[in-house]
Amino acid sequence: MEKTRPLWTTPLQFVFACISYAVGLGNVWRFPYLCQMYGGGSFLVPYVVMLVVEGMPLLYLELAVGQHMRQGSIGAWRTVSPYLSGVGVASVLVSFFLCTYYNVINAWAFWYLFHSFQDPLPWSVCPLNGNRTGYVEECEKASSTQYFWYRKTLNISPSIQESGAVQWEPALCLVLAWLVVYLCVLRGTASTGKVVYFTALLPYCVLIIYLVRGLTLHGATNGLAYMFTPKMEQLANPKAWINAATQIFFSLGLGFGSLIAFASYNEPSNNCQKHAIIVSIINSSTSIFASIVTFSIYGFKATFNYESCLNKVILLLTNSFDLEDGFLTANNLEQVKDYLASAYPSKYSEVFPQIRNCSLESELETAVQGTGLAFIVYTEAIKNMEVSQLWSVLYFFMLLLLGVGSMLGNTAAILTPLMDSKLISSYLPKEAISGLVCLTNCAIGMVFTMEAGSYWFDIFNDYAATLSLLLIVLVETVALCYVYGLSRFESEFKAMTGRALNWYWKVMWGGVSPLLIISLFIFYLSDYIITGTLQYQAWDAAQVSAVSGVSLSETKCLSRTGAVVCHNGNHHPAPCFPQLLLEYGCLTMLRLLLLRHRVNQPDLCPFFFYTFSPFRSPQSSEQSSLCYRAGSH
Amino acid sequence: MAQLLKQAPAAPHPKSRNRVGKYAWDTNEEYLFKAMVAFSMRKVPNRETTEISHVLLCNVTQRVSFWFVVTDPSRNHTLPAVEVQSAIRMNRNRINNAFFLNDQTLEFLRIPSTLAPLTDPSVPIWIIIFGVIFCIVLVATMLLILSGIRQHRRKNKGPSEMEDTEDKCENVITIENGIPCDPLDMKGGHINDAFVTEDERLTPL
Repeated sequence: MEKTRPLWTTPLQFVFACISYAVGLGNVWRFPYLCQMYGGGSFLVPYVVMLVVEGMPLLYLELAVGQHMRQGSIGAWRTVSPYLSGVGVASVLVSFFLCTYYNVINAWAFWYLFHSFQDPLPWSVCPLNGNRTGYVEECEKASSTQYFWYRKTLNISPSIQESGAVQWEPALCLVLAWLVVYLCVLRGTASTGKVVYFTALLPYCVLIIYLVRGLTLHGATNGLAYMFTPKMEQLANPKAWINAATQIFFSLGLGFGSLIAFASYNEPSNNCQKHAIIVSIINSSTSIFASIVTFSIYGFKATFNYESCLNKVILLLTNSFDLEDGFLTANNLEQVKDYLASAYPSKYSEVFPQIRNCSLESELETAVQGTGLAFIVYTEAIKNMEVSQLWSVLYFFMLLLLGVGSMLGNTAAILTPLMDSKLISSYLPKEAISGLVCLTNCAIGMVFTMEAGSYWFDIFNDYAATLSLLLIVLVETVALCYVYGLSRFESEFKAMTGRALNWYWKVMWGGVSPLLIISLFIFYLSDYIITGTLQYQAWDAAQVSAVSGVSLSETKCLSRTGAVVCHNGNHHPAPCFPQLLLEYGCLTMLRLLLLRHRVNQPDLCPFFFYTFSPFRSPQSSEQSSLCYRAGSH
Repeated sequence: MAQLLKQAPAAPHPKSRNRVGKYAWDTNEEYLFKAMVAFSMRKVPNRETTEISHVLLCNVTQRVSFWFVVTDPSRNHTLPAVEVQSAIRMNRNRINNAFFLNDQTLEFLRIPSTLAPLTDPSVPIWIIIFGVIFCIVLVATMLLILSGIRQHRRKNKGPSEMEDTEDKCENVITIENGIPCDPLDMKGGHINDAFVTEDERLTPL
């Protein structure tokens, strides 16, 4: 008996599935960072250009292929040409790696969500030390939010070599995260189709609530003004254009096979051109929308930190010189400082090293992305809001929705080809196949719950998908246009949907987009090669106790706040890490040779730095400028 | 105004500092302070005879910070700082409350305050919530799987039942187009009465 292919109940489900897949964590925590780094409002110019030139055509290509071939990525590319089924296999493999590490973020979001039901929030106060006279030193030197993230959540080890044991708390959360994903993909499109209504729509509700809350926060306008002030000179910076192209590329999730999988469940006559345009526009608008929210929160946090820094300086001076309370205010601070310097020079010079230069600009300039943004900066802002439990719950719920929505697409990319394969689906029902895939991913994902897990996470995030995807999409485009034949595809597609292919798409598919991808590919390859030894940032609690003084000129990487940034190690051999599986071809061996961790330069920013982004390109050479100040506490 | 500064003063005696804004500090407040210190010292065994007059304040500044010492009854020497410090530490709460201040706004230099620990519930809250959500998701998954298995079984039984009935009929009734043929064959022959009379016409010999 011939089994008919399951279909989406309505085209709306398909659109929501694509939106919920494309709109993910990268929109929330990568785009605002890029906007800040590359000129604020003026970054929108390369962003929109790349969207039109690269994002929409490639998205349409994948949807068209999926809808026409009506199979998962392996089957679809095998239909294009039997020699090209490797492209499909590559997509499945990359999706597999992505699934393995991406769900760990959901596990962390669950962890924070469960901890949001306490008063006070656990990351807002430092725990007390042994004799209850003060706070734990690590927390004191860093900030309570960082302490909660590095010590309580990750229990991070000082270096990647010290793996430590699997932490049972994140492991439990990971199991739960996989169980939720399994629940959603269990029945294929029947279950996924219902879930995507929530995962696509609810994050917008939360974002709107946060927008209203964010804009009414004190100091929000500082952040917004800072972000949207265009710095036109950045338009001439090629990095801005490259990052815009990369962001569009990875944000839409091209090359993983998820879009092909989703489109294969479409009616043959579905108008996927309209859907491609809608999805890409919604994805980009969400990025911009989320960055407005993020920057109002940034502004609030920066203003709050600036004001508390000022208050501390005022307190310090008031106490040292026994001034009357209320005498020193933010307005007359500078004059009084000058007066004190001239009137009591010796005492002033004693106190002077402890006086910090409070600057709103420097607070705003701390650009953060990735888990650092989501789990440290945002939580720091949330803990200062009223009714912080509510905001915390809302925020992590939104992160979960975004994360699970993207996971649905990623698992669909793996499951659809497996279920299409007659060999496997004849032996096992689809529930069993999904279950096995989820179980395998969960088991491998336990690596990321070890003490060194977040370093592994960094590696996966930076290297698992970037070059592979560029190559896959390049081969896809070339295969469709030149191997299968653009005119042949066009006529078949027209017969199927009843609509002709616009000349714009043909020009893009045939010429512009492949060229763009080739140039991106060459850029990243050369960046890898030029960078030489790669490095990672580590959090070393042991260094904290060594910090007694407040001098910044101490040994490298120790700062006043004591949060150790850099790993004070010597050259270590590369971890023997199965990167052989990560990529096919010579790139693999290249990476194994290149992956070292090295002693950091003394002039590297002394504060802790942590970046992450799904689909991020490695920009190790830029890391020195990307500093996150370890809190002005 | 929530930071505890840990500056070490030059003199070995405790120093008190009040950091709330514009606290109305006058001689009566000073008297109250002396009384509280004397009260704290009286709680120490051997020092029950401490009087208010034994507590001396000096160097009162506009910041409302001053040095104070406690002399012994004979007014010859001051009591060791350690003793005074421990006495004050024991009664810190009372002293704070007398002035409607707290540890952050009334600071005794070199008398670190004992911070109140957060009460940890015996079962961490997050585990409870985790357990609830985990069970819900598990139950939902089980239900979906079971209903899927049931559907699968029903589908398998459906076509196989159809096949069984078809086989049975073929042995008994030839089915053409799903309609059983004329049941004439079943009975293995009928005697048509119309032709029976032939035998009766011929008379037996």
